[in-house]
Amino acid sequence: MRAWSALAIVVVLLGVAWVASGTGGGQAVIGTVIPYLAVALFLAGMVARVIGWARSPVPFRITTTCGQQRSLPWIPSATLDNPHTGWGAVRRMVLEVLLFRSLFRNTRSELRPTERLVYESDKVLWVAALAFHWSFLVILLRHLRFFLEPIPRLVPLLETVDGFFQLTVPTLFLTDALIVAALLYLLGRRVLNVQLRYLSLAADYFPLFVLLTIATTGILMRYVTKVDLVGAKELAMGLVTFHPVVPQGIGTLFFVHLFFVSVLFAYFPFSKLVHMGGVFLSPTRNLANNNRARRHVSPWNPEVKVHTYEQWEEEFRDKLVAAGIPLDKE
Amino acid sequence: MAEKSPQELLQIDYRPPRRDWMDPSIDFEARRGTWSYPAAPKNLEYLGFPNPREWSPTDEDWKLPDNWQEIIHQGLKDRLERFRSLKVFMDICVRCGACADKCHFFIGSGDPKNMPVLRAELLRSIYRRDFTTTGKILGRLAGGRELTAEVLKEWYYYFYQCTECRRCSVFCPYGIDTAEITMIARELLNLVGLNINWVMEPVANCDRTGNHLGIQPHTFKDNIEFLCDELADITGIKISPSINRKGAEVLFIVPSADYFADPGIFTFMGYLLLFEHIGLDYTLSAYASEGGNFGLFTSHETIKRLNYKMYAEAKRLGVRWILGGECGHMWRVVHQYMDTLNGPADFLEVPRSPVTGTVFENAASTKMTHICEFTADLIANGKLRLDPSRNDHRRVTFHDSCNPARAMGILEEPRHILRTVCNNFFEMPDNTIREQTFCCGGGAGLGNDENMEMRLRGGLPRANAVKFVHERHGVNLLTCICAIDRATLPPLVEYWVPGVEVSGVHELVGNALVMDGETRRTTDLRGEPLEGVADEPSPEAEEASHV
Repeated sequence: MRAWSALAIVVVLLGVAWVASGTGGGQAVIGTVIPYLAVALFLAGMVARVIGWARSPVPFRITTTCGQQRSLPWIPSATLDNPHTGWGAVRRMVLEVLLFRSLFRNTRSELRPTERLVYESDKVLWVAALAFHWSFLVILLRHLRFFLEPIPRLVPLLETVDGFFQLTVPTLFLTDALIVAALLYLLGRRVLNVQLRYLSLAADYFPLFVLLTIATTGILMRYVTKVDLVGAKELAMGLVTFHPVVPQGIGTLFFVHLFFVSVLFAYFPFSKLVHMGGVFLSPTRNLANNNRARRHVSPWNPEVKVHTYEQWEEEFRDKLVAAGIPLDKE
Repeated sequence: MAEKSPQELLQIDYRPPRRDWMDPSIDFEARRGTWSYPAAPKNLEYLGFPNPREWSPTDEDWKLPDNWQEIIHQGLKDRLERFRSLKVFMDICVRCGACADKCHFFIGSGDPKNMPVLRAELLRSIYRRDFTTTGKILGRLAGGRELTAEVLKEWYYYFYQCTECRRCSVFCPYGIDTAEITMIARELLNLVGLNINWVMEPVANCDRTGNHLGIQPHTFKDNIEFLCDELADITGIKISPSINRKGAEVLFIVPSADYFADPGIFTFMGYLLLFEHIGLDYTLSAYASEGGNFGLFTSHETIKRLNYKMYAEAKRLGVRWILGGECGHMWRVVHQYMDTLNGPADFLEVPRSPVTGTVFENAASTKMTHICEFTADLIANGKLRLDPSRNDHRRVTFHDSCNPARAMGILEEPRHILRTVCNNFFEMPDNTIREQTFCCGGGAGLGNDENMEMRLRGGLPRANAVKFVHERHGVNLLTCICAIDRATLPPLVEYWVPGVEVSGVHELVGNALVMDGETRRTTDLRGEPLEGVADEPSPEAEEASHV
């Protein structure tokens, strides 16, 4: 199973981070050089990716239509699943990106002993995917508390909503629980489902382990082993103002956390995680199905050898004459 | 027909093999019945395609060009630069597995490499190793692998085991379209001379004679006259459609199977009756005598080469617009490729029904309308005189053909027609129709006899849904708007659901049309007796409902 190699790499990284975080020099590197490197790699890598995609043209308008087309006025068309305008496609994309609409369709097929194939709605993956991605976003936004001064109003608002249930002290953020549960589900199905296990690559497990490490260290810092939050903010503000400082005594766990966040950023553009940007460029979803109404022009159109009518008439002249089919050249 | 019984075929083992999928090994001998024969050299020579030769997949040596790896590498590089879809689809798959059990070939075979995600990985693993930083450095750890002869053999097996039906792309959260990937992979295979005869022979035929079946102009005319004679026997009305006539209002193009083979010919008879009924000024063409386009299963260049004839002939004949018959992949090409590749069709007019005055604005640029759009409009405007009871011997269901459903969204038009021309219409289960429809198992050039076991496996989900309505509602007719379906579904249902026949939608239209001056019909267009004809007094035209 390829999960082991991914796990091994993460364990090695964890060991390196742990040892380094215990030393002043190590903290300095993890707290200054590595975050800058990681963010630089992330930005440059993602820009290069997007430019790379954008440089290849879209020669044809190949949409996947998931509903009724617009044809006759008395037939209602599926404007969301088969948009015929650019705005329709935008709305389709919004639902795709924010709510994972296609994944919502997911079914599970089963061949019953009665020799019947049945397809049952299977929304667990959709729920887990939404839980993970939205939790991740909320957690990222919550972290703005560390990077901005004054703290934007959005952040305490998010914290209030996220900590609504006030189950623990400090208040349990729902997203902290959700993201771990979602990640464990995503990992679990990869390991337990035989087909998924068969096809999964180390590159599928690696980001899950990295994210789990980030989440775990974050949760430990908030709920179990307290770190010096003032020092953490000082470090974060130093990074964003380009005056990096590494205050004493923040705590080892913080540097491990920061290191893995850096790993994630650096790894991002070179991995499947680029689906974050790529989803916007998927031609089957972001185009309108109005092919016959408006001509789509391709930047390249191959010259091909064709069999013209004149050649055809010449080749089959006798047969055309015998059949009494009219000719161009008598 | 396959040697295995349905019960044997249903023993599907969904457990993946122990062997790592990255280490391919396909025993073609043991897998007979699940792959297609290679293209005959004469077809490749006629078309000017590379590496024509006699060979078999069971041979150890596939007689590839010496620099085949370089050819494929260059071919892939070139296509990554020309198709954003390919580049994006190579990069963004997260292998979530949502597509896995959406493929009819996976459901019917259990072979994990028929999961769309793994089918794409066959190519993606090579892409990673050759074109991505991590793949170059980390190799297998990053999911990259070397392009070996074994990998190439596996490509041949699995990319000619995808019918480009696009069902997986409906479910993919990023809309990854395996058909696009399969098309590119087949283009690459073509570069080194790995193609199948069931595709290349129709392509060569079509280029030369004008249609896939290689029917020459005099035979084209004979076939149509034969069908007109049949129609005269059944209805008492003699129809003589014109061929290659200049100045007609409409050029009508159908897939060649519609004037060649049972059951497509009955659909063709339905078209002819319809046009006679409304007095349409149309012509057929012996030059543009093919609606289908097996170029779609070959390369984008070949799509253009074969499709060229449609506009060229419309221009030569001076028609106003083009009407197209019932065909699946034909309409994918017409809808998604024709205008871009061979347009603009500025010499034609926006299609306008001469009977209802409806202007088909949705075809304002291509100037080509689908017969179901045309007929649905006629029905909605009350222009057809129909007696649906003439289809009472049929209990009907409708199979959405992949391309009209997922490349156009032509879902309601055929249903509207069917509900009007027959009294007993039943839908198959929701997850098997409309955009979730299942392939017939033999599209994209795989509908040949040597591939029969795989066709029956791939067609299982479709057949299983037919069986459901057959048992529950007594359905005995499976209708569709695709010529490949009309060729591949009959053996499929004969195997899985005996007692069900296959027809086009316009066959039922033809049955129901009450023609001026027709004799009393005692049989349908197939010559099968109509229900109640023996004991009822003559159901005259007066009694027929005017819908």
